[in-house]
Amino acid sequence: MAAAGADLLRFITCGSVDDGKSTLIGRLLYESHVLPADQLAALDADSRRRGQPAGTPDFSLLVDGLAAEREQSITIDVAYRHFATARRRFIVADTPGHEQYTRNMVTGATTADAAVLLVDAHEGLLAQTQRHARLVSLLGIRHVLVAINKMDRVGWSRATFERLADAFRDFACPLGFADIACVPLSALYGDNVTAASTNSPWYAGPTLLGWLETIDVDSDRVGKPLRLPVQWVNRPDARFRGFAGTLESGAVRRGDTLVALPSGAQSRVARIVAPGGDLEAAVAGQAVTLTLETGIDVGRGDLLAHVTDPPAVADQLEATIIWMHEAPMLPGRAYFARIGTRTVTGTITALKHRIDVATHGELAARTLELNDIGVCTLAFDQPVAFDSYADNRATGALVLIDRLTNDTVGAGTVRFALRRAQNVHWQSLDVDKAQRAAQKAQRPRVLWFTGLSGAGKSTIANLVEKKLHAAGRHTYLLDGDNVRHGLNRDLGFRDADRVENIRRVAEVARLMTDAGLIVLVSFISPFRSERRMARELFAAGEFLEIHVDTTLEAAESRDAKGLYAKARRGELANFTGIDSPYEPPGHPELRIDTATTTPEEAADLVIACLERAGR
Amino acid sequence: MPALPRLTHLDRLEAESIHILREVFAACERPVLLYSIGKDSSVLLHLAARACHPGRLPLPLLHVDTGWKFREMIAFRDATARQLGLELIVHRNEAGLRAGVSPFTHGSAAYTDIMKTQALREALDAHGFDAAIGGARRDEERSRAKERIFSLRSAQHRWDPRRQRPELWNLYNTRHGPGESLRVFPLSNWTELDVWQYIARERIDVVPLYFAAERPVVERDGQLIMVDDGRLPLAPGERPVLRRVRFRTLGCYPLTAAMPSEAASVADIVRELEGVRVSERQGRLIDHDGAASMERKKREGYF
Repeated sequence: MAAAGADLLRFITCGSVDDGKSTLIGRLLYESHVLPADQLAALDADSRRRGQPAGTPDFSLLVDGLAAEREQSITIDVAYRHFATARRRFIVADTPGHEQYTRNMVTGATTADAAVLLVDAHEGLLAQTQRHARLVSLLGIRHVLVAINKMDRVGWSRATFERLADAFRDFACPLGFADIACVPLSALYGDNVTAASTNSPWYAGPTLLGWLETIDVDSDRVGKPLRLPVQWVNRPDARFRGFAGTLESGAVRRGDTLVALPSGAQSRVARIVAPGGDLEAAVAGQAVTLTLETGIDVGRGDLLAHVTDPPAVADQLEATIIWMHEAPMLPGRAYFARIGTRTVTGTITALKHRIDVATHGELAARTLELNDIGVCTLAFDQPVAFDSYADNRATGALVLIDRLTNDTVGAGTVRFALRRAQNVHWQSLDVDKAQRAAQKAQRPRVLWFTGLSGAGKSTIANLVEKKLHAAGRHTYLLDGDNVRHGLNRDLGFRDADRVENIRRVAEVARLMTDAGLIVLVSFISPFRSERRMARELFAAGEFLEIHVDTTLEAAESRDAKGLYAKARRGELANFTGIDSPYEPPGHPELRIDTATTTPEEAADLVIACLERAGR
Repeated sequence: MPALPRLTHLDRLEAESIHILREVFAACERPVLLYSIGKDSSVLLHLAARACHPGRLPLPLLHVDTGWKFREMIAFRDATARQLGLELIVHRNEAGLRAGVSPFTHGSAAYTDIMKTQALREALDAHGFDAAIGGARRDEERSRAKERIFSLRSAQHRWDPRRQRPELWNLYNTRHGPGESLRVFPLSNWTELDVWQYIARERIDVVPLYFAAERPVVERDGQLIMVDDGRLPLAPGERPVLRRVRFRTLGCYPLTAAMPSEAASVADIVRELEGVRVSERQGRLIDHDGAASMERKKREGYF
């Protein structure tokens, strides 16, 4: 049991059921005497039901959680276990080992300071162990213990142990671990778990628990530069304005000069406010409230640092992304990105390559699937303050969130800031959008036609343009098929290509509205996310979404280009409506039902919609 | 220069909880703190006050009252709210009360569903809360070991284990769609012993029922049930006897068993916990309603 002055260690265990991981954790809980009598009785009953002889409990049953998992005898999520000794409180992230659960292992590793990798002495060093070691290294864990388990099955052979330990150290050399311990043990019988075993008189190193109790994981965090992401502005009344947040690294003292980033405003720390009376100093790990001497503009999402040692500020960076969702990552699609306490809109501008975790090789890739890891460049809609993950695990980490479902879809570790955007400044021009539009006596607009292939988008758009042209309006029609012959010739029809297709067209439409034109865009544009991304490029009220709504049957029966027939024969892959989805708009400015509206009537409806939006 | 502080495990747990609470203050529109009057709620309230110091608590407290709580709990609740000047919402399932639902008439499973689970859903809907902070801990029960700190619930308050998001670093995803809500568990990583050590360190007040005293109890199926008022039906010949007992966990008195104990102070309890090896929820009769019962209750919207 932890004494009140003991400290806290979080670690992760990596391995599969076959390596004896659950047995090892169950054994640790059992031997540190944290298991209450009723749980022990339940363990005995469960073990006997599974056919274990009496008196030999199956420790792995202690650490199984949900009913679904108990039935399948596998662990499919991250479970957090707690135990303590007189020296330390431990939080164990227990994660499954197989490749399809990389997401879970990564999740557990993000909050761990040490890792226990399980190796089956009988099986040797498998590809899976190497994968675990690489992931642990990627997530910035620097203390690693290799538990060479099932030593009883190899007759406690010293040669076997030393061969495996040497092989691991050779392999792990480039992974940058500060501390590697290799321990021969038997989780099943308890050798070298909490007490030194008489079966391994040749082993002089620590037991598993002994190592966990003594490693020092804390000192480097306090020694790093100060990073305090502002979480919440505490304003109980007009006189008090406190900036609340957790010190992720470093230390702060009263009177220190701080800079708030990305704004760059500076002030000195007036008070470090605490319920028991103000503090003189605070260190990494503490949740604090600061007040500043001058009233600079600081809010949630800002990062406070010492002026002498600030983080990077940029709107582009390169990061390693671990994809965590069934829907693949699509370059060009916008996601919410959370860095520290700031949430911004970010787009994967390029996927440079995918990492093969088994070999550390680089593979060409166009998307990232669930559990894939890739190196990407990201662009944000505003500057963000951050560090590289290698320098700081707290301020170099980011999370990607889907903008429609709010699901957490990816985890990222920052490699470095990209300066490209900073060197390509916006050229300010003397003639601006308003002047160009005024000369044409019109308001620039985008009429965005979306709908299935064959719905009649191009027919209607064409009629609308003719009518507008006749009325003396300045227009341009961007048609999906035509643009794919030129600007987007290099793009196919996979999801990732469709996203890039729409991004380019939206940017072209933006340039044309900047020129003062009324732009008609006639593209299937099947995904909500990209239509939303396009909409956000324009001023409020400038983007008018027109859903040319037809049933798949009607579009297919028309099939002027014979494309549906081809797709049905399997000669055309990724065809919208057949084997690629169409996501209809929720709230378009105009919906045209082609079953009840002629193209001529539809064109008049569009022009009426444009007039309603204002000249 | 003064020496820099060195953080103990209680300091770190405290800081993590305050961080989680401040995420809720900053990112949720209408949060509420579920106050169940027990020791975990007392710690949670203490941490919330620290998180917003020197301001006042930026959210109300909600207590779901089944009508069968110990009288000392209700007295403690009202005294705490009065002393700290808190906004306290007490919600009861009025339809259930009118129907006379009790642990004796409907059985503990149906009673808990109607008077706790349904009542909680009613209260959250009635006030439009988008985040409810609770004191549940991962060490309490097997199915809670995998619970998220920010746990997403559907508009019907259902917990879908497959829709729970990965929680990476301390970068919590607090976003939720219309009608969806969050359950937030700042004490996820605390154990029962941590809670008592912290209560000792911070001198936090708790309901006196946690401390050993002579109390009238009857013994049923090996469990000691306290006769808190005249509503507990007694079997023929069954007679309350005075025993020196205390409670490790507090809930509805007919469903919460006492344990024989001499621990009369917080320090005694810490010492007792270091020796005793019975898990605290064993005194909760509703957990034993069938295998995986907590998981089932959670899916239905139980906290």
